[in-house]
Amino acid sequence: MVAGATRPRIFHECTVLELIVISTLNGVLFGMLLFLLSSGLTVIFSMMGVLNFAHASFYMLGAFFGFQLTKWIGFWPALVVAPLLVGAIGMAVERYGLRNTHKHGHVAELLLTFGLAFAIEEIVSMIWGRSPLDYRVPALLDFPAFTVFSTNYPAYKIFMLAVSVAIFVALLIVLKRTRVGLIVQAALTHPHMVAHLGHNVGRVFMVVFGVGSALAGLAGVIAGPALVTQSDMAASLGPILFVVIVFGGLGSLPGAFIASLVIGLVQTFAVALNGSLASAFGPLDPSAGPSALADIWNVTIAQVAPIVPYLLLVIILIVRPMGLMGTRES
Amino acid sequence: MTAAIEVRAVEKRFGNVGIIHDLNLSVAQGERHAIIGPNGAGKSTTFNLISGHIEPTSGEVRLNGQVISGLRPFEINRRGLSRSFQVTNVFARMTVWENVRCAVLWATGHRYAFWKNVDHLPEVRERTARILEDIHLTHRRDVPAGLLTYAEQRELEIGITIASGATVVMLDEPTAGMSHAETERAVSLIRRLTEGRTLVIVEHDMSVVFGLADRISVLVYGHIIASGTPEEIRRDPKVKEAYLGEEAH
Amino acid sequence: MTAATTSASNAAKPAGENLRFYGVWLTGVIMLIVLPLVFSSGGSLTSFSLIGIAIVFALSYNILLGQTGLLSFGHAVHYGLGGFAACHMMNAVVSHGWPIPLPFIPLVGGLGGLVFAMIIGWVMTKRAGTVFAMISLGIGELVASSSLILRSVFGGEAGITTDRTALPRMFGWTFGPQLQVYYLIAFWLVISTVAMYALTRTPLGRISNAVRDNPERVQFIGYDPHVVRYFAYCFAGFFAGIAGGLAAISFEIANSAYLGAIQSGLVLFATFIGGTAYFFGPILGAILVTYLQLGLTDVTSVWQLYFGIIFIGIVMFSPGGIAGLLMMHRPLVRAGSLWSVIPSYLVAIVPTVALACGVILTIETIARYPDGERNPVNLFGVAFNPGSPATWIAAAVLVIGGFFVARLTWMRIADAWDRAATVARDRGHLI
Repeated sequence: MVAGATRPRIFHECTVLELIVISTLNGVLFGMLLFLLSSGLTVIFSMMGVLNFAHASFYMLGAFFGFQLTKWIGFWPALVVAPLLVGAIGMAVERYGLRNTHKHGHVAELLLTFGLAFAIEEIVSMIWGRSPLDYRVPALLDFPAFTVFSTNYPAYKIFMLAVSVAIFVALLIVLKRTRVGLIVQAALTHPHMVAHLGHNVGRVFMVVFGVGSALAGLAGVIAGPALVTQSDMAASLGPILFVVIVFGGLGSLPGAFIASLVIGLVQTFAVALNGSLASAFGPLDPSAGPSALADIWNVTIAQVAPIVPYLLLVIILIVRPMGLMGTRES
Repeated sequence: MTAAIEVRAVEKRFGNVGIIHDLNLSVAQGERHAIIGPNGAGKSTTFNLISGHIEPTSGEVRLNGQVISGLRPFEINRRGLSRSFQVTNVFARMTVWENVRCAVLWATGHRYAFWKNVDHLPEVRERTARILEDIHLTHRRDVPAGLLTYAEQRELEIGITIASGATVVMLDEPTAGMSHAETERAVSLIRRLTEGRTLVIVEHDMSVVFGLADRISVLVYGHIIASGTPEEIRRDPKVKEAYLGEEAH
Repeated sequence: MTAATTSASNAAKPAGENLRFYGVWLTGVIMLIVLPLVFSSGGSLTSFSLIGIAIVFALSYNILLGQTGLLSFGHAVHYGLGGFAACHMMNAVVSHGWPIPLPFIPLVGGLGGLVFAMIIGWVMTKRAGTVFAMISLGIGELVASSSLILRSVFGGEAGITTDRTALPRMFGWTFGPQLQVYYLIAFWLVISTVAMYALTRTPLGRISNAVRDNPERVQFIGYDPHVVRYFAYCFAGFFAGIAGGLAAISFEIANSAYLGAIQSGLVLFATFIGGTAYFFGPILGAILVTYLQLGLTDVTSVWQLYFGIIFIGIVMFSPGGIAGLLMMHRPLVRAGSLWSVIPSYLVAIVPTVALACGVILTIETIARYPDGERNPVNLFGVAFNPGSPATWIAAAVLVIGGFFVARLTWMRIADAWDRAATVARDRGHLI
């Protein structure tokens, strides 16, 4: 799932530095991608009180639409059209699903999006199958951008980073300069105020939900070629995404930003590191035979990488149950 | 005799905004004490500070001589202080009977017991039945609390509050939104149920306040400007200026 | 207002009600005993066994969702750990020659689920609501991923196998035949169901409901909602562990799929579809979901999609689940006004079934499109070729036409329902 960090084959003095540079780049990239998703999720949660379980599914839809549209009309038009399609689906979900479920409470809304996530995964695998798709980097960007020591860093990843940063900046401007942005900001700090928006509250919700979904879709389109486009990509990214927003503090945009970068970096570095307790302190006495201790002793950090976000979650819950920047009970 | 409630120099700030400053309040054992004041004076905040719903920024609150500020609400409740809420705050999906019974369970020592059948606890059943009788809701015992009328919910709210047998009872605008007849009924209910206990009440209806209270404190802008018997409060020029003066006209 | 009081408002339960209460339980037990004698094929015995396990699991889940208001996305963790604990115990019993017969093994599973709940539960139940849901998801992933790392405990991809017949015998039973396993599961099903029902009748059970309804207020009647949630979590973990132990006995294996997200999702589906507000709801849900799971896998490759659709439908249109739908009718039955609703139900069946057929046809057509004529969609004996435009048109007509006609009939149901409810209200059977 994490952008495959290139592991150096030959060990020389530069390897450590090289590993740090490449992993930092990949980590920031993965973190920015996570933020593209977690920002939409956070804003939707703050305004509507709904945690959209299907958010990662919209990301997946973005990737699959991106793949299909690239085949039909090329990558660049797909980059625009696919997120719009996903945004439209998101708006429909809000208008015809969530709005009717609202009266049954937040648990019902969460369950609705859970059911949707489940259904979307099944529909995607029904149409495109369960194996990874051949979603390629566009030819225009298929060259190494620069070389760090011995590793070529692909231009496409730089492009991904640029898109993420551009969206980040655009979001900042929208938040600070527009009317909807002001409403969103008010919602972030005073969630109860949203009810007083007046008659167009429904439309604001629909637009916010649509934009959040479209951003998730955009993340999917650009991440698809670099990562794996497969029908389980939502199920594997979703839990990490929720770790991000709980870790950052539910409803806090700065929290989501920091948490995205932290989780992105930590996981990328974990994948890149090959050490284990055995390599650091020497192997255990082999006569002891297989045991849980031996398993822990011999496991490499790279193998542990998938559980690192969840370990961070447990730690933050013990140390700071509200999350990094969280202020709210629930 | 130590005061039932003693609030000393309590301060509450939200960020840079001071809501309560230098709050001092003393309620004697068995006294019926009313807190009055204009909207936004901090009456509900005062309630929240005493009952542990929010923590004071500084100062301390004592219950029967023991410091309770900083304790969690349930710890304060276990020490014999019980409160109601201004906005009806009952267990909506549970029946009236269940609502009151839940409020009886801790006080009767059953706590988190998972080995006792709750229907076979005679003292719980009797106490619950008595309270339902007291709040005139026996005929509604199997109705989910969420389906009661507003006045009935307010009565249930009082029932839940007194169910634990707390020695100090705090009622937050118990008659708000009630008709005249309902208010009269509620006042006689409160009078009867808080017999022999300490009562602190926030109330807007001045006839209720002056009819019920032994002592009155006037809260203006998070500070108590006067405290005394109804007669003293009526005569107090500061009160007249800040509060009653506006009411009279 | 006086007329609105329900008939059950007398202080003491009448003898008749007691009799009915025990009658329901007794009927259940007799059914469990007789069922395998009526349907004795190996396939139905296996189905009954699976349903029994699913019922225990779903009821344990409802301690969280229905009783305490905690939405967990990782409940299978306790089911799986119970299964692993049971497998390891069975292997240990065999290798050490301990005199522990098989019927006690589910208890070990329960303890496995309980111990983990006691360790992780305190941190998890600090928060309720959405945050709890997210945490449960994270913990679920944590345990599922860890199970692949700790190979010596969880056996990696292959899992841990065991042999239930190698344990000491009890009453001369080997537990080799499926019938004996069925009765073992039925025994634990009864024990667990009675225990979980009893739990709802204890002070803790009642306070759990109060925490579900209003955690803030609970603090002002002397209770710490965190402690209440923690206890509820531990009990849920314990009974999920029993279900996992039963599964380990039934399949003679425990693997990482036991504790994964899919298992957690299925128990959520079963419980919610059955209905969380009534104790028997999850039982209905577990029967239905297990039955569908067994039945649909043979007929269609996209059975999980149907689960998702049924689930979404229930969430949107009947959040009380099947049990809620059934219980809605009780006051009408008592008031004798149900008959006035039934005709509109009968009218609505036709277009609703047409709509359902249209949806099924659409899904199956898409799913089978790549195979073309070789894999036709069979609907009520009619074969549809997924590659033919005629099929697409039929599907579109059924979906669109069915929807608009069905919507009209649904509105008629709503009107008829309102009238019947008014009658019931007037007669004092509905508040």
